[in-house]
Amino acid sequence: MTDILNALVLMLNFVVIPATSYGAQLALGALGVTLVYGILRFGNFAHGDTMAFGTMFTIFFTWLFQSVGISFGFLPTALLALPFGILVTSLYVLGMDRVVYRHYRAKRSAPVILTIASVGVMFVTNSMVRFMIGTDDQRFADGERFILKARAFKEWSGLREGLKFKTTEGLTILVAAIAVIALFWFLQRTRTGKAMRAYSDNEDLALLSGINPERVVMVTWILTAALATLAGVLFGLDKSFKPFTYFQLLLPIFAAAILGGIGNPTGAIVGGFVVAFSEKFLGYVLPDTWKPEGLMQLLTVDYKFAVSFIILVAVLLIRPTGIFKGKVIKG
Amino acid sequence: MRPIILFFLMGLALLAVGFAQSWAVMLVILNLCLISAVMSVGLNMQWGYAGLFNAGVMAFTAIGGIVAVLISEAPVPAGWAAGGLPILFSGFLVAAFIGAIYALRRFVSKGWIKNWGTVGLVVLAYFVIRPFFDGGVTSVEAINAASAGHLGGLGLNILVGWFVAAFVAAGVGWVIGRIALGLRADYLAIATLGIAEIVVAVSKNEEWLTRGVKNISGLKRAPVPRETNLQQAEWFQNFVSNFTGLTPADEAFKQTVIEWSSVFVKLCFTALFATVLAIVLFLAIRALNSPWGRMMRAIRDNEEAASAMGKNVVMRHREVFILGAAIMGVAGAMLTTLDGQFTPTSYQPLRFTFLIWVMVIVGGSGNNLGAVLGGFLIWFVWIEAEVAAQWFSTGIEGSLSGVLDVFIVNIGSFEIQVKDFTVWLKNATPHFRYLLMGLVLLLVLRFSPKGLIPEASAARTR
Repeated sequence: MTDILNALVLMLNFVVIPATSYGAQLALGALGVTLVYGILRFGNFAHGDTMAFGTMFTIFFTWLFQSVGISFGFLPTALLALPFGILVTSLYVLGMDRVVYRHYRAKRSAPVILTIASVGVMFVTNSMVRFMIGTDDQRFADGERFILKARAFKEWSGLREGLKFKTTEGLTILVAAIAVIALFWFLQRTRTGKAMRAYSDNEDLALLSGINPERVVMVTWILTAALATLAGVLFGLDKSFKPFTYFQLLLPIFAAAILGGIGNPTGAIVGGFVVAFSEKFLGYVLPDTWKPEGLMQLLTVDYKFAVSFIILVAVLLIRPTGIFKGKVIKG
Repeated sequence: MRPIILFFLMGLALLAVGFAQSWAVMLVILNLCLISAVMSVGLNMQWGYAGLFNAGVMAFTAIGGIVAVLISEAPVPAGWAAGGLPILFSGFLVAAFIGAIYALRRFVSKGWIKNWGTVGLVVLAYFVIRPFFDGGVTSVEAINAASAGHLGGLGLNILVGWFVAAFVAAGVGWVIGRIALGLRADYLAIATLGIAEIVVAVSKNEEWLTRGVKNISGLKRAPVPRETNLQQAEWFQNFVSNFTGLTPADEAFKQTVIEWSSVFVKLCFTALFATVLAIVLFLAIRALNSPWGRMMRAIRDNEEAASAMGKNVVMRHREVFILGAAIMGVAGAMLTTLDGQFTPTSYQPLRFTFLIWVMVIVGGSGNNLGAVLGGFLIWFVWIEAEVAAQWFSTGIEGSLSGVLDVFIVNIGSFEIQVKDFTVWLKNATPHFRYLLMGLVLLLVLRFSPKGLIPEASAARTR
C-alpha cells in the first residue's frame, strides 16, 4: 500500500505537477498564437519575443514596487506588476499593428507576407529586450517559495517520498484557469467576442453585418498581448527569465496550437497540456523500482524540443487539421 | 544596368573598408559575404522560385558544417577501438528498422495496421538500439575527453566534404519535404523551425560525433595553405622580398611576411568561394530560365491554375526545397572550412536563419543576382553596424563625460545617473544590429517589396 502511495507521490512530484503548470503556460502561449491565426490569419513568429517583452516590463515594474517597499505578502510582487506589464505590451503591440501589419491587411496580402513582416517585428522586439534588460538570466520571484514543502509532507504523511508544490506552480495553474475562463466567457457572451468569432468564421459576412474590423483587430491584439505577457511572466516566475528561452518556446507553442487545431482556442489549451505532459513523460519513465534515482531518462533534457517536433510531425502526417479541426475560431 | 551600378557601389564600400580599416578586415568580410551569398541563393530558390517559407536555414548550414568535419577530420583510432563497433552496429540497426518500416508501409494496405505498426516498430527500435548505442557512446566519450573523446572523421580532403554536405542536407530536406509540403505554408515554417533546433541540439550533445560544446578545431583546409606553413616556405619569402624590396636581414621582414601570409590565405579562400558562388549562381540562373523554372514560377503565382494544367505541385515543391537545402548545406560546409572549426553554440536562429531571410527580401525575391547582392550588402551592414555603433557610443560617452557626475535624476528612490546611462550604452551597443536588421526588413517589405534587384519577369501579384 505504501509502495503505491510512494509511487503516486513520486509521479505527482516529477511529472504531474510540473507538467500541469508548464502545460498551463504553453496553453496561454498557444492561445495567443491561435487568436492571431484565427482572426488576423497569419502565423506570428514574433509571439515568443512579445512574451519576453511583456515579461521584461513586468520585471521592471516589480523592481519599482520592490524599491518603494510594496510587496504582495506571500505572493510574488510580479502579480501586482502584471497589469502594468500587460498595459505596456498592449500599447507596444497595437503600435506594431499600426505601423506594420495594418498596411498588409489593407492590401489583403498573402498570409506568408504577414508572417515575414512578423519576422521583422521579431527582430525589433528582440533588440528592444536586449537593449533594455540584456541577455542575462533574471530571477524575479519573491514571496513564499513553497505551498507544500517536501519535508513537511514527509513528516505529515510518514511516506518515504516527499511532495513539494511550489507557489509559482500553484499560481500558474490558478491564474491560467481564471484567464482561460475569462477569455471563453468573453468570446461566448460579449458582443465584441461574438463579433470576433463571426469575423474569424467569415470575414466578408461579418463586414456586411456591420462589424467594425478595426475594432475586432484591436481587441484581438490586446488579448494577445495580455495572454503573451501572462504566459511569459508565469513561465519566468516558475523558471527564470532569459530572452533566448522565450524565442525557443515558439516551437512547443506552435506545436500545441497545431496539435489542437490552429485557430481553435479549446484546441490550443488541450494541445498545450498534451505537449507538456509528453515532454515530461518522455523525460522520465518509471521502472519497477520506484526510487527517484531509478527514474530512467528516456530522453535527455536537451532534447525536449524533439518531443514537440515529434508531436508536430505525427500531427502533420496523421491529422493535419489537428484534434479539433482548426482554421476557424470557435468558442 | 541597375545591378551593375549596385554591385559597383557594393565593391566601393568594400574597398572603403580596405582603405579605412585594413585589407585583412576587408577580406574577412568579403569571404563571409561570399558564403552568405551562397546561402541566400539557396533560400531564394525555395522562397523566390517557389514561395516556400523555410524557417530552418540554420538546420541545413549546421548539417553542412557537421558533414565537413566528419569527412575531413582524421579518424581517432582510440575512439573507434573503444566503442566504434557498438555505434556502427546501432547505425546498422537504425537502417534495418527504417527498412522494416518502409516495407510495412509499402506492402500492408490496412490503414490501422500500417499506423500502429509503424508506432510499434519505432518504440521497439528505441529500446533495442538504446543499450548498444549508449554503451558505445559512453566508452568513446570516456577516453581522454580533453583531446579525443569522439570518433573523428574519414580524413579526406575537406572539399569532398562540401559535396557530401550537399547530399546530406538534401536528404534532410527530402524528409522535411515529405512531411510538411503539400500542407499549409505555416506548417512547413514550424517544421523547419523544429528541425533546426534539433540539429543544433544534436551537435551540442552528441559528443562522440562532434565533441559537442567542446568544439572541433584545427580542421584541415586543403587546398588552402596554413599561415604558419606559408611563412616558412621559401617561395613565399622570395615572393614577399621581390615585391617589397625587403630582405630576410631586415627588421620589418618577419612582420611583413606574417601580414602577407594572412592576406594570401584569405585571398585563396576568396578565390575558392567565388568559384563555388559562380557555379551555383550559373546553375541557379539556368534553372530559373529553363522550362522547369517557368513552371516553378507559374506554380508560385497561381497554384490552382498550375495544378489544373496538370503540374504536380507537391512534387515540384519538394524538388525545389531539396535543391535549396543542398546549396545551404554547401554554404555551411564552406563556413566551417573558413573558420577551421565547428562550434555548435555559434548557431543562433537570428543569425543563421532570419538574417538570410533579410538578405533575400532586401536583395530581391526571385532574382538570383538580387540574392547575391542581398547576401553581400546585409552581411556588410551586419558587421559594420557594430563598428558604427561602437564609434557612435564612444562619441556620446566622450561628450557626456564632462557632466557625468553632476546630473542625477530622482524617481521614487531610483537614482539614474548619467554614468549608468553610459554603462548601459556600452552594454547595449552590440545589440544595435538586431534593431537595424528588423527595421531594414520591415522598410524594404513595406516600401520596396520587390527588393533592390526586382525579378525580371512579370510583376508578382502578392
